[in-house]
Amino acid sequence: MSALFVEGVSILAPGLIGWNASRAVLTGERPYHAAALPPLAANLLPANERRRVTALVKLALHLAQEAVAMADCDPRTVCTVFASSGGDSEVLDQICAALTLPDRPVSPTYFHQSVHNTPAGYWAIATGCARASTSLSAYDGSVAAGLLEAAALALTEATPVLLVACDLPPPFPLLEHRPLTAPFGMALLLNPTATAPRLATLQVRPVGHRAPTTLADPDLEALRRGNPAARALPLLQTIACATSGRIILADEGEIAVNVDIEP
Amino acid sequence: MAIKPVAIAAYTVTNALGRGMTASLAALRQRASGLRRCDFEDCAIDTWIGRVAGLEQEALRGPFAAFDCRNNRLARLALEQDGFAAAVRDARARYGAERIGVFVGSSTSGIRSTEIAYRDRDPASGRLPATFDYRHTHNLFSAAELTRRWLDLHGVAFTISTACSSSAKAFAAAWRHLQAGFCDAAVVGGVDSLCLTILYGFHALGLASSQMCRPWDAQRDGLNLGEGAGFALLEWAKPGDDRAQLLGYGESSDAWHMTAAHPEGVGAAQAMRDALARAELNPGQVDYINLHGTATRLNDAAEDRAVLTVFGPDTPCSSTKGWTGHTLGAAGVTEALFAILSLEHGFMPGTLNTRQRDPALGAGLLLDSQERPVRVALSNSFGFGGTNCCLLFGHPHAAATRSRPS
Repeated sequence: MSALFVEGVSILAPGLIGWNASRAVLTGERPYHAAALPPLAANLLPANERRRVTALVKLALHLAQEAVAMADCDPRTVCTVFASSGGDSEVLDQICAALTLPDRPVSPTYFHQSVHNTPAGYWAIATGCARASTSLSAYDGSVAAGLLEAAALALTEATPVLLVACDLPPPFPLLEHRPLTAPFGMALLLNPTATAPRLATLQVRPVGHRAPTTLADPDLEALRRGNPAARALPLLQTIACATSGRIILADEGEIAVNVDIEP
Repeated sequence: MAIKPVAIAAYTVTNALGRGMTASLAALRQRASGLRRCDFEDCAIDTWIGRVAGLEQEALRGPFAAFDCRNNRLARLALEQDGFAAAVRDARARYGAERIGVFVGSSTSGIRSTEIAYRDRDPASGRLPATFDYRHTHNLFSAAELTRRWLDLHGVAFTISTACSSSAKAFAAAWRHLQAGFCDAAVVGGVDSLCLTILYGFHALGLASSQMCRPWDAQRDGLNLGEGAGFALLEWAKPGDDRAQLLGYGESSDAWHMTAAHPEGVGAAQAMRDALARAELNPGQVDYINLHGTATRLNDAAEDRAVLTVFGPDTPCSSTKGWTGHTLGAAGVTEALFAILSLEHGFMPGTLNTRQRDPALGAGLLLDSQERPVRVALSNSFGFGGTNCCLLFGHPHAAATRSRPS
């Protein structure tokens, strides 16, 4: 199995605002305090598109941009994998509510943003990247599935791959049926050939049923369990600590992925 | 070097033409469309649809009751046709349940369940009914999870959701996971079912035609929505393998607009070129192209430019949307399997409902079907978000030796 170099990383969640600001929290040097997310601007997009995009698209673009900037690579050369359990539930809520009204006035703008690959489409438009892109879901295993697909792309096509994983708590009334506790997003720029300083080296493979690696800090562990994208936290913590380790990304009934990490 | 080919060990489709491959092949040969005037629940749109008959009687029960919704009923129905589930059982015995991946494409999964839950909201509190099961019906993974549990597989599994290229990309993802050693065999497929989101959404965009869709026609004015499911079992081809094979795939992003295809079809052409390059074939070696061919004015024009750029005007091509309607996330696998039918049966379907070819379009569109050996066939799938995927299939008993000037 070939290695993947982590050349860029980003994170955005309450109290974890960007990689540099979050590292000390992930390594345990500073305590974790959840705090509201700052507003995100989607500056990459032209003004007419920027006005229309939803919070999920802004989050995904912000994460992608930070990871690519850290790796200092040309985004047009990078394939992408966007992993999200539920996609844009804000849009789906608007559409399902419109369908209960007389004449069912579905907004064309919401409809064209209803596809799961909306963040991928906007990233391609914003950067001019015409390369292959996968948008996927595996419920609570979406990060694990995204990491496998990103690794498969990187290793078989010998190309850098950007993995973006994010989910937002859905609005009422969906929230009661999908109770995510906090927004969370992360991105990794993975390269099968070393081109930039690396934060870590990963080896990724699926394994049979396993218990997931958990976090010692109870608040971070609650965050990990409260959002499917936050299932990546143990991996991000090991990268932040610049140590060797073995992480299992897994959830009940879903795939388990073994990640071996070297600094 | 050409990529290692993957054999199509078993396959099945279910759509408006009926249950199983035989129903689709017979309808394609007899030019019998599965489209009907929209009679989906209380939908009031003047359009035609490709509805699968009898799903109302196919409730999922017992350990699968939580999955019960229109989309999963359709998936389960398809898995039980053509001996597909039995073929996967045999593969499970050979490879082990943990070594068979599941890659399912779906655009909207069981969103119909959420539509119904919103319709039935408590008027005072606005809450959804307690019986609503988001995870097992609406969530995108539900399509892959039902497939995986029905087949009792325990390997890699996810749902690819890239609008109308979803289940074409499932083949590409499966090839990668096989090549990376993440699995030894793969169930690929797609399922999408009729829902009000899609019907009223396309209606709002002015793209749902009030007539039967007419791909490449001078008078075409939009698509018809359909529902369908299709699955294939993939494993590495063996020396001397006599089964249809995935020879190549190509994927690209338009980087142009969220819903409008690039007018020159640049991304589509790139996906076709990449599929040819992976297979080490030249355009002249492709005998038949199953077009995405939705019958909207802009999509057909863009795809025509792309096909002309890569293949010129002589390669026979057709759209089968006039039979099935546009099955969205299931279109990729459905049309990939139609391309495989053309290889297996030496038969190229024409383009149903199209009367007068648009003089502005130049690709080698077949209006009538042709009985002729097909050695290599290509299938195109494009979607919202500017996602493009192209699959190339061949049959080894007629190695791709024919060469036309290109």
